[in-house]
Amino acid sequence: MSDEKAIKIRVKGLTKVFGDNPEKAIKLRDEGYGRTEILKQSGQTLGLSNIDFDVYEGELLVIMGLSGSGKSTLIRCLNRLIEPTEGDIVIDGENIPTLDEKALRECRRRHFSMVFQHFALFPHRSVRRNAEYGLEVRGVDSQERHKKADDALKQVGLEGWEDAMPSQLSGGMQQRVGLARALANDASVLLMDEAFSALDPLIKREMQQELIELQERTRKTTIFITHDLDEAINIADRIVLLKDGEVVQIGTPEQILTAPADDYVARFVEGVDMTRILTAEAAMKPVRATARDDDGPRTALYKMRENSLESIYVVDSERRLLGIVTAEQLGKAEGVESIRDLVDSDCPKVGPDEPLQALFGMFEQRNYPIAVIDEQARLKGVVVRGAVIEQLARAGDKS
Amino acid sequence: MNFDVPRIPLGDWIEAGLDFFTDHFSGLTRGFSSFTRGGISLLNDGLMWVNPWLIILAVCLLCWRAGGVKLAVFALLGLGLILNLGLWDPMIQTLTLVLIATLLAIVIALPTGILAALSERFYRIIMPVLDFMQTMPAFVYLIPAIPFFGIGAVAGIFATVIFSMPPAIRFTALGIRQVPGELMEAADAYGSTRSQKLFKLQLPLSLPTIMAGINQTIMLALSMVVIAAMIGADGLGTEVWRAIQRLQPGAGFEAGIAVVILAMLLDRLTQALRR
Ligand SMILES: Nc1ncnc2c1ncn2[C@@H]1O[C@H](COP(=O)(O)OP(=O)(O)OP(=O)(O)O)[C@@H](O)[C@H]1O
Ligand SMILES: [Mg+2]
Repeated sequence: MSDEKAIKIRVKGLTKVFGDNPEKAIKLRDEGYGRTEILKQSGQTLGLSNIDFDVYEGELLVIMGLSGSGKSTLIRCLNRLIEPTEGDIVIDGENIPTLDEKALRECRRRHFSMVFQHFALFPHRSVRRNAEYGLEVRGVDSQERHKKADDALKQVGLEGWEDAMPSQLSGGMQQRVGLARALANDASVLLMDEAFSALDPLIKREMQQELIELQERTRKTTIFITHDLDEAINIADRIVLLKDGEVVQIGTPEQILTAPADDYVARFVEGVDMTRILTAEAAMKPVRATARDDDGPRTALYKMRENSLESIYVVDSERRLLGIVTAEQLGKAEGVESIRDLVDSDCPKVGPDEPLQALFGMFEQRNYPIAVIDEQARLKGVVVRGAVIEQLARAGDKS
Repeated sequence: MNFDVPRIPLGDWIEAGLDFFTDHFSGLTRGFSSFTRGGISLLNDGLMWVNPWLIILAVCLLCWRAGGVKLAVFALLGLGLILNLGLWDPMIQTLTLVLIATLLAIVIALPTGILAALSERFYRIIMPVLDFMQTMPAFVYLIPAIPFFGIGAVAGIFATVIFSMPPAIRFTALGIRQVPGELMEAADAYGSTRSQKLFKLQLPLSLPTIMAGINQTIMLALSMVVIAAMIGADGLGTEVWRAIQRLQPGAGFEAGIAVVILAMLLDRLTQALRR
């Protein structure tokens, strides 16, 4: 799937050394030394080392890692608030590290809006004047930028606060202004550095939800930094996991949780509430056999016996799920030509994203497996009760 | 223990330097001189021409608007007393010198302070110079002022500007350097140019600090202008000077009180304007 997607930003071989002798640090790195060893030998901090990843057009990419792993350094290298030491950052054909001052300014105006952990609102400017800042420095005339700023403020739910000063607002509202400033600017990529980390948990959840909705609506390419796995899982399309300035894993939340690349990732995953995070898809098994709606009772029974099943799913020619029939029902059926009329269409079924937690409740009512279907109602697999428990235990072991 | 070290002719060197300046930059000093003298007489004559009560009324209104009723009452009583003591004209002369010296000091100090904030190297050069300027006894500045500009108000202004400028430079640099790095980062992230950062962010945010510096500059200017009476910059200082020479303690204190009133008014008013 990933190779169909257009690449918005391609990061290749990105390295950042803090200190006055980067060559030495890079040489040591190439000789295989790690961050602490390099610091001891050369006094240079290897902030980022050989980072490669792509950002797809329209996705919400989360960069995650513990404190000091280099997240802020990475996001700041993208728009060169921090000068990268080595490597390429290509956005729409432009290689950012090679731009001169003027071209860099243009690139920042066109491509990057940024939201900061501690909001970084301009305290002497009203909410509206904050929101329109990006447009103002670009020289957009005042009427147009007022309009765009007010639109953006409306999008983040701050209608009516346009003339207030930032100091009059709560933390959550201030960060909404920060977000509005980024949205009004209409740049092609949204950079968010721990944007919700300073907010209290309830507000944080709310903002995450709004960000997801906003992102689904606008499909703006977003790079979001967090040290909080719950947050990453909640909002990410894909996650880039950093450790000591290196990428340890890139994948969907699902992949990171179910197949951690190494102990570091696994330890990271440890704290997460698995029942809430794991989905039906993770515990899903392939269907052993299905019956077609134009099969006769004999055929269906034969398939069940061959696969030692007590019930079988019935699908149409497009593999759309119609329902389920049990061996018992089929045994009683006399003179029926197709099983179509025997199908119990009220069988339990869920989408692939359904949390495992929700599935527990469904097992209590029925004793047969739960079907997993996609948006076109096609049968993708089944979840049996044991698999849920097994999956949870496996995730527990890994951590 | 008597080493025969020859006395270092520091004074001679300084004189040679001053001579060099007066010889080679006389055009410059003359230009400054006539320009400043023009400004002084214009402002002075203007203020003298207006009825004192009208000025008092205007100052009271300003005080009331900026600082409240108490300040306005103080202005009324203080300025009324000065008028009553017959010290109005010297007070206006002193005020003129203070205003012009402060204006010149700000014109020089703002860009210097901005430069000091933006360039680390310039900051390291200018700070010891400012220390030197501020610790030098005030009336030493009067000495070079005379060969440059002769006896009179212009020499007084020159010495005053030099003496009073350092806090304005210092506070401007301080204010700009205190703008949080996070805000500068935000401004950079949205593609601001250097001057956009300066005018949209650094200057507005450091304005209160800069105003505190200007307040100090005004106070220093007032004290220096009084001393500058020694080289013929007329005003309240002249009254004090004359009282000393004639051994008239009463008259000396009257002029002194007028200086205090003026100082307090200028101080409270600029502080009120900061808010
Ligand atoms: N200006 C700097 N000079 C020297 N070292 C730095 C500098 N900035 C960051 N570092 C170092 O680089 C490493 C990565 O820092 P960075 O701020 O990117 O981490 P982070 O993942 O954002 O952490 P946090 O979650 O604490 O924000 C750290 O070891 C840090 O000490
Ligand atoms: Mg950080």
